[in-house]
Amino acid sequence: MIESPLAAKTLFAIGPVPITTPVVVTWGLMAALTLAGWLATRSLTLVPSRHQAVLELIVGAVEDQIRSTMRVAPHPYLSMLGTLFLFILTANWSSLVPGVEPPTAHIETDAALGLIVFIAIIYFGVRARGLVGYLKTFAQPSIVMIPLNVVETITRTFSLIVRLFGNVMSGVFIIGIVLSLAGLLVPIPLMALELLIGAIQAYIFTVLAMVFIGSAVSDGRPQGNKEGNGS
Amino acid sequence: MNWIEIVSIFAATITVSFGAVGPALSEGRAVAAALDAIARQPEAAGVISRTLFVGLAMIETMAIYCLVIALLVLFANPFVH
Repeated sequence: MIESPLAAKTLFAIGPVPITTPVVVTWGLMAALTLAGWLATRSLTLVPSRHQAVLELIVGAVEDQIRSTMRVAPHPYLSMLGTLFLFILTANWSSLVPGVEPPTAHIETDAALGLIVFIAIIYFGVRARGLVGYLKTFAQPSIVMIPLNVVETITRTFSLIVRLFGNVMSGVFIIGIVLSLAGLLVPIPLMALELLIGAIQAYIFTVLAMVFIGSAVSDGRPQGNKEGNGS
Repeated sequence: MNWIEIVSIFAATITVSFGAVGPALSEGRAVAAALDAIARQPEAAGVISRTLFVGLAMIETMAIYCLVIALLVLFANPFVH
């Protein structure tokens, strides 16, 4: 009746590599986002036009969020976290297009996103403290905590993956079940709820990535001197 | 239908139902505490609700884990071929 949510449908194969539906949707989203970004930033002016004002609103909101969550200057992290947020948001909302299943409802896409965050934590941690300094944070507060800290680094990425996958996939699954049981137009309230959940999950994924990167970079100390504008 | 499949279906339903109890109770407590804080300090509503959302997502992960385990049992059961 209902196919397994853990399996992805293979559309076609390039040589030995099978291309599944989520891969096609992901590449479509990436192309759309890149095109939209190129079109929107093609003619930037000092006095913003209407489109540019919307764009500046989004970038400013992400920037404020980074500043209040990580308490460091937002510039090095803005591009990665902003792209992550916009991609997950469009991926979750791509279910609005008929026939398209959100790629985040398959665990492979979420695993890729989680892996990006995992590598970014290590990269930003090493860049902020040096390799030895970053490795030393695993031995805090005492050397007994090393195994726990290593396990925590892996499990929090895993929970990031499973959280996004579970929320989006369960929404798709519930809509499918209600559609097959009750019929046309009945799952529309559920789809509205799914839009809300998609936005919240995109926000939460980004904020948790911020929190993890922030803890690798600043380690909870007050960073008043690094802030710059002191806000 | 053999025993493994029957037990799997029961295991999945029990996992989801019991996995919903703990997160439901704790999410209720978290929201109640946040509403209390917002009622006392309405000017801090932005910060409180932002923290609340992140905390709720953390709590909800427990229920999602149970859901994923139930799905594994139903759709990717290693003992059913």
